[in-house]
Amino acid sequence: MKLFRNVFGRSEPPAANLDNLFALPSAAITLEVATGFTATGVASVCYRQAEGGAFETAQRDVQDLLDADGGPKVERTTDDFGYTWLVCRADPSDLSSLVNDVHAVNSALENAGFGPSLLCSLVSFADQAGRRFALVYLYKQGTFYPFAPDGTKQRDNALELQMKGVLEAEMPIEPDLSRWMAVFEAPGL
Amino acid sequence: MASTRFRSDAGLTARMSLVMLLLGGLYVSVFAALAVFTNLSGPFLLFLAAAFGIGQWYFSDKLAMKAMRAKEVSAAEAPELHGMIDRLCAMADMPKPRVAIADMDVPNAFATGRSPQHSVVCVTTGILRRLDRDELEGVLSHELSHVAHRDVMVMTIAGFLGVAAGLVMRWGFYFGGGRGRNSAVPFIVIWVGSMVVYFISFLLTRVLSRYRELSADRSGAYLTGKPSALASALTKISGDMARIPTRDLREAQAFNAFMFAPALNRESVGALFSTHPPLEQRLEQLASISSDLSRPTN
Repeated sequence: MKLFRNVFGRSEPPAANLDNLFALPSAAITLEVATGFTATGVASVCYRQAEGGAFETAQRDVQDLLDADGGPKVERTTDDFGYTWLVCRADPSDLSSLVNDVHAVNSALENAGFGPSLLCSLVSFADQAGRRFALVYLYKQGTFYPFAPDGTKQRDNALELQMKGVLEAEMPIEPDLSRWMAVFEAPGL
Repeated sequence: MASTRFRSDAGLTARMSLVMLLLGGLYVSVFAALAVFTNLSGPFLLFLAAAFGIGQWYFSDKLAMKAMRAKEVSAAEAPELHGMIDRLCAMADMPKPRVAIADMDVPNAFATGRSPQHSVVCVTTGILRRLDRDELEGVLSHELSHVAHRDVMVMTIAGFLGVAAGLVMRWGFYFGGGRGRNSAVPFIVIWVGSMVVYFISFLLTRVLSRYRELSADRSGAYLTGKPSALASALTKISGDMARIPTRDLREAQAFNAFMFAPALNRESVGALFSTHPPLEQRLEQLASISSDLSRPTN
């Protein structure tokens, strides 16, 4: 069916898969037990801002919604590629509320018809030794991959592959390594 | 509930289907004619044309890269370009094509390859210099749509009959001319017939090509959510195209069908024979997508 649509030149941007994101809290427990990495309480959502007033409205609404709970304010930044990042913060021990915040952003954009604009979400982790990495959730694939920056332009591939091994049983990990894109510019990492 | 702002253009799909149907009809009638008035040269010529077409499709990435003197670049050599394509591919849920840069001043981009897994997206240094980030992204999403739509395969199949008929026109004498007494129809009929087939299939493939450009614009604009950036890239490039010396252009001609903007002056070729729709039509479509995207929710 997808092939048929494509051959007739009607490919549409795929809808985002929002559900697999909820695999995060239980995977985080496994991660802590196996490797000592814990969540830092920072998560971010990355999306492509569409032109026009409708997107502006949807974006403002979701920011107001998240700021209404009295917790830390949501930060909005734009990276060098023109993608927008919304950074949510919560108590590091309460990963589920962080995931709920991220989900609120996702569903608000989806309801406004901008689900296809979602690129990825990041939840960052750190261990006692100060090493950091993020679990990146790809909306279109519905899979996760670990991203461990090592300096500004290098990746710690060994750590990434180690995390892949630990988490494989807990959550869908992106099997195609070429899709583990680098997101050095992600805020809150 | 989840809603989508994507609207497929039913009229465009209908027109494209009609053209494909006409081409299919042409194929069937040519094969039927061959079956009725069969002699040895018919199947042989078709086999030759098929081999040619399959070769051109299978090696399309290498051929186009050679012709444009394009060089594949790694993520370390062109991090911005790779990062942009990484993100677009993640948004479109498609495999990442290889990335190449051609060192020429003609501002253009093309995508080719036998399947999405074996494709390459190439941009010229001229386009990199002229466009800003959002415009370049629009161009890349247009090219990625060509990859997703398998345009190289579709256009090779569509053009196959034209190649076969062209072969008859040029070399028919060697294949069929010598056996006039044995063949069921005089050679001149075959020759005129193939000329007609060639002309009709040429026109139809050009129409198809224009429709597929519009489709690629459409899908690309929805992917980035910025139709106006693509429109501004088109205007910039089309303005530049007219001012480019013709020598470069003739070299690039063979690949016009897969190009972002055709490397020809539009005045010099009738709109009927053009591989790309007129600029005004492309801009009009992008403007209507733009208003769709800014429509208030509910």
